[in-house]
Amino acid sequence: MEIKISVNVNGKDYVREVEPRTLLVHFLRDTLRLTGTHIGCDTSSCGACTIHVDGVAVKSCTMLAVQADGCTVTTIEGLAQGAELHPLQEGFKECHGLQCGFCTPGMIMTAADLLAKNPSPSESEIRHGLEGNFCRCTGYHNIVKAVQYAAEKMSNEVSA
Amino acid sequence: MSNKYIGKAVKRVEDKRFITGKGKYTDDMILPGQTYAYIIRSPYAHAKVNSIDISHALSAEGVVAVFTGDDIAQSGINGVPAGWQVNFKNGDIMKEPPHPLLVGTGSTVKHVGDAVAVVIAESKEIAADAAEMVEIDYEVFDAVVNPADAVKEGAPLVHEAAPNNIAFDWEIGNPKAEVDEAIANSHHVTSLEFVNQRMIPNPIEPRSAIGLYEPSTDRYTLYTSTQNPHLIRLLMCAFVLGIPEHKVRVVGPDVGGGFGSKIFHYTEEALVTWCSKQIERPVKWTSERSEAFITDAHGRDHVTHAEMGFDKEGNVTALRIKTFANLGAYLSTFAPAVPTYLHGTLLQGLYTTPKIHLDMTCAFTHTNAVDAYRGAGRPEATYLLERLMDLAAHEMGIDPVELRMKNFIPPFDGVNQPGYQTQVALQYDSGNYQEVLKRGVAMLGYEEFRKAQAEAAQSNKLLGVGFSTYVEACGIAPSAVVGALGARAGLYEVGQVRVQPTGKVSVYTGAHSHGQGHETTFAQVVADKLGIPLEDVEIHHGDTETVAFGMGTYGSRSLAVGGSAIVKSLEKIIEKGAKIAAHKLEANVDDLTFADGKYTVNGTDKSVAFGDIALTAYIPHNYPAGLEPGLDFSSFYDPANFTYPFGCHIAVVEVDKETGKVSLKRFIAVDDVGNVINPMIVDGQIHGGLAQGIGQALLEGAIFDENGQLINGSYMDYCMPRADDLPMFELDRTETPCPHNPLGVKGAGEAGCIGSTPAVVNAVLDALWSGGFGHVKDILMPTTPERVWRAMNS
Repeated sequence: MEIKISVNVNGKDYVREVEPRTLLVHFLRDTLRLTGTHIGCDTSSCGACTIHVDGVAVKSCTMLAVQADGCTVTTIEGLAQGAELHPLQEGFKECHGLQCGFCTPGMIMTAADLLAKNPSPSESEIRHGLEGNFCRCTGYHNIVKAVQYAAEKMSNEVSA
Repeated sequence: MSNKYIGKAVKRVEDKRFITGKGKYTDDMILPGQTYAYIIRSPYAHAKVNSIDISHALSAEGVVAVFTGDDIAQSGINGVPAGWQVNFKNGDIMKEPPHPLLVGTGSTVKHVGDAVAVVIAESKEIAADAAEMVEIDYEVFDAVVNPADAVKEGAPLVHEAAPNNIAFDWEIGNPKAEVDEAIANSHHVTSLEFVNQRMIPNPIEPRSAIGLYEPSTDRYTLYTSTQNPHLIRLLMCAFVLGIPEHKVRVVGPDVGGGFGSKIFHYTEEALVTWCSKQIERPVKWTSERSEAFITDAHGRDHVTHAEMGFDKEGNVTALRIKTFANLGAYLSTFAPAVPTYLHGTLLQGLYTTPKIHLDMTCAFTHTNAVDAYRGAGRPEATYLLERLMDLAAHEMGIDPVELRMKNFIPPFDGVNQPGYQTQVALQYDSGNYQEVLKRGVAMLGYEEFRKAQAEAAQSNKLLGVGFSTYVEACGIAPSAVVGALGARAGLYEVGQVRVQPTGKVSVYTGAHSHGQGHETTFAQVVADKLGIPLEDVEIHHGDTETVAFGMGTYGSRSLAVGGSAIVKSLEKIIEKGAKIAAHKLEANVDDLTFADGKYTVNGTDKSVAFGDIALTAYIPHNYPAGLEPGLDFSSFYDPANFTYPFGCHIAVVEVDKETGKVSLKRFIAVDDVGNVINPMIVDGQIHGGLAQGIGQALLEGAIFDENGQLINGSYMDYCMPRADDLPMFELDRTETPCPHNPLGVKGAGEAGCIGSTPAVVNAVLDALWSGGFGHVKDILMPTTPERVWRAMNS
């Protein structure tokens, strides 16, 4: 039995039929073919699948696709405004906040949520805010710097 | 020639696709007609497969096929072999039972996760559901998981062909009798029994593989999350499936981290390839994380007794070691080399120790394979040496910095002074060990620290500092040397530079990037050597169809070996270009200089740009007689020696006396990885290595119960460092060039992981010693609050 859902993803409306057991992350990756959202574990521990649902960071492996019916979803593919990178995307590049790139989309989406709630976090607030996301490459050093870079840039944009 | 890019923190060209979600990892691909494989794995560590009933699964809707080990055996496939051969002390060949793709009826499974059957279906959900319908009858036996226990009389046997579970025994160094005598005659002997626990590499991308067989052309393609596409192809074609190599393409697309665990040829790669041939459709398998925990190769897992002798002045007189190394149930690709040639050969450390002997016993156990994990054998050697150093300093009442300085090999650059010949086979290329320690100690502010420590000793929050200095061998490796040591492959690298007619450059390297940033670093080298913009260079890797050959990325070898191969090809390009330039400029080749992207006739302003030369090479209307058109060279670079990075790592920890909790307050790392092409990327490599080494000291470790169950086999239970477990790292570097490769580079991938672990454990012990717990000699890693508390309260 399949269930029809309507969901807005990255500004585009989709109506699709899904199995009730389909996880939101599988819907995004396999049905919509938005493969920037990654799967790193099966215990909702790694954060690689983090997206925004109605503006809030969610690990998309913790939600069923049917639960997203009527929701607005943003994935890493929808974060940039056209050709202009989001300050976090820019920060990750400028500060070498990524190596293999696998955790990066989830890390950026989590950080975006963090900065939305706390525009000028301290180092320890950034580390605490990112503790739901694993990175095995960077030791987090440059990820923290990337978030600081973005926070500064975003606060300058606000005050400008 | 001026360097515009080399030595600069050029931002990575590969980043754009990753930060926008456009990276292309294996599991992101869905091929037309693709099916999905679910592998049924043994829930027992040691059991006989009495029967397998696949009938119900086969009849389920959406199931395409179900295969068992019997089907594989009927194809004449034995299994996956090891890539290295290490012989017993007596010269006998190591025990090498093949690793079957699927364990057949009547055979025994040898670890939890051993594969028994595969279900192939139209979706992964159908495959997983149908797997539940496969009925397997097991007869369960006792298991053994610890390498020291495995070799005892009466231990459960992993392989009939390996009595006492010994894969091989091995030794290196001076004659044991000489070392025994030196230890016996020592003024002081520091002795330590310890465990270097099993680590799980855990790249965040789980392994994935897609097999594609195309009957119309009789060709195969394997997409796989590998560090090593050409070696996978060679092993799979020639030694596992017996299919022709020229009919097989292996692609390692974007790969989400490896840390060693994706070097090896895994059974699943051969399995999906074989299955695709049977059903004539693509077959994808993607590991679940819980599956990765019980099927990826693990690292470390040594049980060691080490003794270090000293004379009255504190000079090291001898080092004697007995280690049992766990190899798991099957020999993985590099497994035999890790506790031997990548470990025993590093026991000289940075010290002038005159007598060294390692006695190594490598054991099979009912656990998944143990193989190279970031550092591979060298972290184990460094841990051993550096724990002994700080403990010896404590026991003898000598400052740990002073003890090291006293025993360091004097500086040598490998040019004016010869390389340093160790007692354990290697000849170090260049080193200046005093300088890195001196800088690290200055960054620490040692005197102030000891004052603060003395004050803290009166409180409930003890402070400790731990030192670790290391030298490692990477840039692997000279083929003749590793061949003599048992490698079944050469360890050269291939670099092809194809200058296009418009002067744009395509580079094909056998190294594979899975986070290391080769697309940037290699392009920096090419752009500067040719004097062209970075944007005019593109680096290609990871595809056997486009790259001539390659040995892959591991052992911090990409730049030292792969980069050198590219430089060799660049030299050929520049040399051929000079002939074309001489013709165009009507000058003698010997009168030309190539710099900043143009050939200039010495002492004149007559010059021709590199782009013109490229165009002429492809449109050779007015061209040197006898010279071939085109500007495209390939080189195989076989290094003259390993490279030997070194460094000093210092940890400062706080230990809560009441709870035993350890907090890492500072981490200082002064590393020397030779010349640096991109300091930003090198720092990033160090950061990541530090996190993994610190993880081993404080948080991580596989725990098997006596039945062979991995009881912390998930991200919920296996404790990897998270962002709030680590401080900002304090880095510095010295640059001592490698004297034997054209870039003077050594390698940075593993250094952080090699030096950091003992620094942290030493710091924990130093904190305890400062607090009046001077009797504590060791705390098992990871140094959890419980273990630290027990150490203080026992």
